[in-house]
Amino acid sequence: MAGKVFAVVVVIVTLAIAYCVMAHVWWMPVDISVHGPNIDHQIEETVLGAGILFIAGQLVLAAFSFLYGDSKGARKMKSFPGGAKPLILFACVVVGIEVLVLSFVGSKAWGSVYFTPPDPNSLRVDVQGGQFAFYFRYPGPDGKFGPLHPELINEGTQNYFGLDPDHDADSKDDIVTAGLAIPVNKPVLLTLHSKDMGHSFYVRELRIQQDLVPGIVIPIHFTAIQTGRFEIVCTQLCGLGHYNMKAYLEVMSQADFDSWLKQQAALQ
Amino acid sequence: MHDMSAQATTHHAPPQGFIRKYVFSADHKVIGIQYTTLSLVAAFIGMALSWVMRIHLGWPTAAIPLLGTLSPNGAPGGVPTPEYYLSLMTMHGTIMAFFVLTAAPMSGYGNSMLPIQVGAADMAFPRLNMASFWVTFVGFVLACATFLIPDGPPISGWTAYAPLSAVGPVAGPGQGWGQNLWGLSIAAFCVASLLGSLNFIVTTLELRTKGMTLSRLPLSTWAWFINAWVGLLAFAVLLPTCLLLVLDRLGGTSFFIPGGLVVNDKVLPHSGGSPLLFQHLFWFFGHPEVYLIILPAFGIVAHVMPTFIRKPLVGGWKVITFAMIAVGTLSFVVWGHHMFVSGMSPYMAMVFSVPTLIITIPSVIVVLVFAASLYGSNMRFTTPMLFCLGFISLFITGGIGGFFLAQPAVDSYLHATSFVVGHFHFTMGLSAIFATFAGFYYWFPKMWGRMMNETLGKVHFWLSFVGVYCVFMPMHLMGFTGAVRRYSSFVDDFMVPLIPTNRFITVFALLLGAAQLIFFYNAIWSRLKGPKAPNNPWQATTLEWDTTSPPPFDNFGGRQITVYHGPMEYDGDASVMQNSPEKSVAGT
Repeated sequence: MAGKVFAVVVVIVTLAIAYCVMAHVWWMPVDISVHGPNIDHQIEETVLGAGILFIAGQLVLAAFSFLYGDSKGARKMKSFPGGAKPLILFACVVVGIEVLVLSFVGSKAWGSVYFTPPDPNSLRVDVQGGQFAFYFRYPGPDGKFGPLHPELINEGTQNYFGLDPDHDADSKDDIVTAGLAIPVNKPVLLTLHSKDMGHSFYVRELRIQQDLVPGIVIPIHFTAIQTGRFEIVCTQLCGLGHYNMKAYLEVMSQADFDSWLKQQAALQ
Repeated sequence: MHDMSAQATTHHAPPQGFIRKYVFSADHKVIGIQYTTLSLVAAFIGMALSWVMRIHLGWPTAAIPLLGTLSPNGAPGGVPTPEYYLSLMTMHGTIMAFFVLTAAPMSGYGNSMLPIQVGAADMAFPRLNMASFWVTFVGFVLACATFLIPDGPPISGWTAYAPLSAVGPVAGPGQGWGQNLWGLSIAAFCVASLLGSLNFIVTTLELRTKGMTLSRLPLSTWAWFINAWVGLLAFAVLLPTCLLLVLDRLGGTSFFIPGGLVVNDKVLPHSGGSPLLFQHLFWFFGHPEVYLIILPAFGIVAHVMPTFIRKPLVGGWKVITFAMIAVGTLSFVVWGHHMFVSGMSPYMAMVFSVPTLIITIPSVIVVLVFAASLYGSNMRFTTPMLFCLGFISLFITGGIGGFFLAQPAVDSYLHATSFVVGHFHFTMGLSAIFATFAGFYYWFPKMWGRMMNETLGKVHFWLSFVGVYCVFMPMHLMGFTGAVRRYSSFVDDFMVPLIPTNRFITVFALLLGAAQLIFFYNAIWSRLKGPKAPNNPWQATTLEWDTTSPPPFDNFGGRQITVYHGPMEYDGDASVMQNSPEKSVAGT
């Protein structure tokens, strides 16, 4: 009895999981980046390949416990046809091929984010993480970011980056904001860094997650192809306020962006 | 092959007096029970912490009874603060990963059974063995002590990433003495594990009785032996990592802290260190750690299952053993898959992705051997057998998640989502726990001399099996939506619609917890009132079943043991003990 019950439970669980994944009961949000479809494709390939292995594995387990449970020693024992050879062959060939395919196709998706150089005409935005907020910096009309002076960082005077516009000419026109606005269809190059702990920049719709690591500057580039407002959340444990560390990404038309930037410059 | 059992039986004299017999005992059986009991206590604490977390995630404003009294700072009025949530999470991970999952199946059962399984009277270095346990105990006390200091436990997670873990109290509550105690606790655990590994390796190589060739070793002993090598190399890296972390915190060094960090508008007096160095060192230990947990689980299932399917595993001892050796070896070249989005070179991501996918091949072989061995068998549905079947199902499901996370492109979306939480709970968490339960129900009669209640055992299994799927599968599914882990409440717009899913998980987590209370009750009741265990209640064939339950001080009552067969001499109702000169029934 127990063998059959176990088999039935395993089959029900397997089918329920397969349904939830295939019907996208919980699924990824809309994809708004140029590179995103590569990643989505890779996830779907993996769902298919790994999903077949999952269902096959569970069903074989269920079938064997259904067939060979509860016999009370009455049946003659049988050994697995062919012994271990077919198992090793299956693991090496079928799983091996899946591994190779995922590695090669996957490297293409990864490469589309990380192995391509940024467009030289990208909009550059400097991103700083700190307990527990993101701040963004645009270079202003001179196209240059001023140098950072950690000792000048002061939340009270809103000098979040530690800029010294009195002595650094490049800092004079830097525009610091609490949200990230970018024009649609325009390549963007972010330089990520942190002033204190490890943080992470995660925008689900961009299919981008990248840690901000104190002591190093990490570039990441992308192009958004859809306007809208999307959440930027911190996904690296950074302290007691980690759960509340977020900002918004606004993807807007070039005209809207230009006027937004002008507005922000006036507020500095 | 070594014939050292004559020396082994006179290794040390039976101890006199309560303290020497039961507290500072050098007897491997007592030490095994001490480790197992420590793990049970730790498991209960770790589980209670997860209940608080789950209730808070499902109902963030609910006051939890007693919690306000137990922890007035962390949970005023019984509602955990965000930082207290992180403390609970950190200590849940630390206690479960180290003091339960690493300790029970390796140090608990390994100490109890390995010397008997190889036909020895004790471990090679009994006093070192005693030191291992008591150093582990000190580590556990240090970990628990974090709850008693005013700031409470650290909030940096069981991975303790620098600089959050390294810069001291400025990083937040719990990052003062809480994090210091954490570092010292884990350093103590490392020392104990290193000593234990040496003991396991030397005992397996040197104390095997006459006829106990490597090809006749029980598969659980093989797993402990392989695991001891993995532990020796992995803990040897974590120990200095913890000490360097403590030095950064207390000694003013900057191994893991770069210059120019600003907290509360003040520049910290550190320079030149690297947070990524900490991650590399931690995960160089941390990934083998996953296999330190799962290899003994493989070994337990490989040892327990043949007893109840009444036939040897497909491929005999060789296929599964070589697969375990392959897993153990490859476990040292995959650590970077935890760091795909860490800022490490994106080319390195490819380097770590390939071996991570390749390690699935020996893991798949292990699972296939287990599943194929069921073919044509006569299963006996005892509680240990049910937990073995449960292990196979959970490990298949958990392993499938690995295909996703092994690929940098996919991981860059799923990293730090609840998909990862579901994945590692299925694999290193619940698969390993199911194998540990299989081992507990299987060896309980030998360790404590009494039988456990089978009905309660089966209720425990069914509730646990269904509970695990209902708790950890929704976490996988929520991960696809990008639900972020390590958040004390769902404040982000996109996570708010997931609150009902979280409540579903919480309800089943509490049910899963209740099922474990049945287990605790069964273990305590059976220890006190269970029927006396015969020498060999399962008709098993390995040496631990050819002695009394529990065994005498020297394990075999002065008998000279000679081994003639492999460990899986089963053919239906027929079976032959390893040390019986009778004709083989399974040809091993």
